[in-house]
Amino acid sequence: MIKVEFLGPISKPTMELEASNLKDISEILKQDDEVKEWLETCAVAVNDTLVSSLDVKLQNGDKVSLLPPVCGG
Amino acid sequence: MLELYDGALDVSAIFDKWYKEESKSNYGAFIPFVGTIRDEDSIDGLSFDVYEPILESWFNKWQEKAKESNAIVKMAHSKGDVLLHESSYIAAVFSPKRRVALEMIDEFVEDFKASAPIWKYDLKDGKRVYASERSTAIKGSGLLA
Repeated sequence: MIKVEFLGPISKPTMELEASNLKDISEILKQDDEVKEWLETCAVAVNDTLVSSLDVKLQNGDKVSLLPPVCGG
Repeated sequence: MLELYDGALDVSAIFDKWYKEESKSNYGAFIPFVGTIRDEDSIDGLSFDVYEPILESWFNKWQEKAKESNAIVKMAHSKGDVLLHESSYIAAVFSPKRRVALEMIDEFVEDFKASAPIWKYDLKDGKRVYASERSTAIKGSGLLA
């Protein structure tokens, strides 16, 4: 299972999904009404490293994080 | 030298601590930036969520970059609520000569604003409201859209 966590203002509990890459995660989240509006503006991290390609392979136990727009300071 | 605190920062104490830490390091320049909460839009203050694992790796990359110029960066940030006129953010660069630190503090704070995984909320009428209009999507966002 892949753990998907939603950071900051996305008020959604962590999900556990069956997926072998980020494309699968994308397809599942696009079907989720609470999350789909965030996808356009969210950065993505796999195991706490930001990624820039959907081809990232996922393994059982991996963690995918969605990071919405930021504003520190 | 990344420090996170619950609530407002004690600016004097952090300045004093950082100054003492580096007072014998032979840096000719210590350039700080202090961010404080302004009284505007009828807010009572701001509140912050911080995602520490990615903030740490972002900060470590900056520490490496600073090292190439024989400089160091330090940063303190608040978690949770910070009220009007209090400080939520302090950054500083120490370098042998002033030019490196003056330029790096600008670059560091701008990159912090655009990339550090911290989320800001207005405290208003007893509510905590995400400051979406003032927030910036991290570079590479939209991958899953």
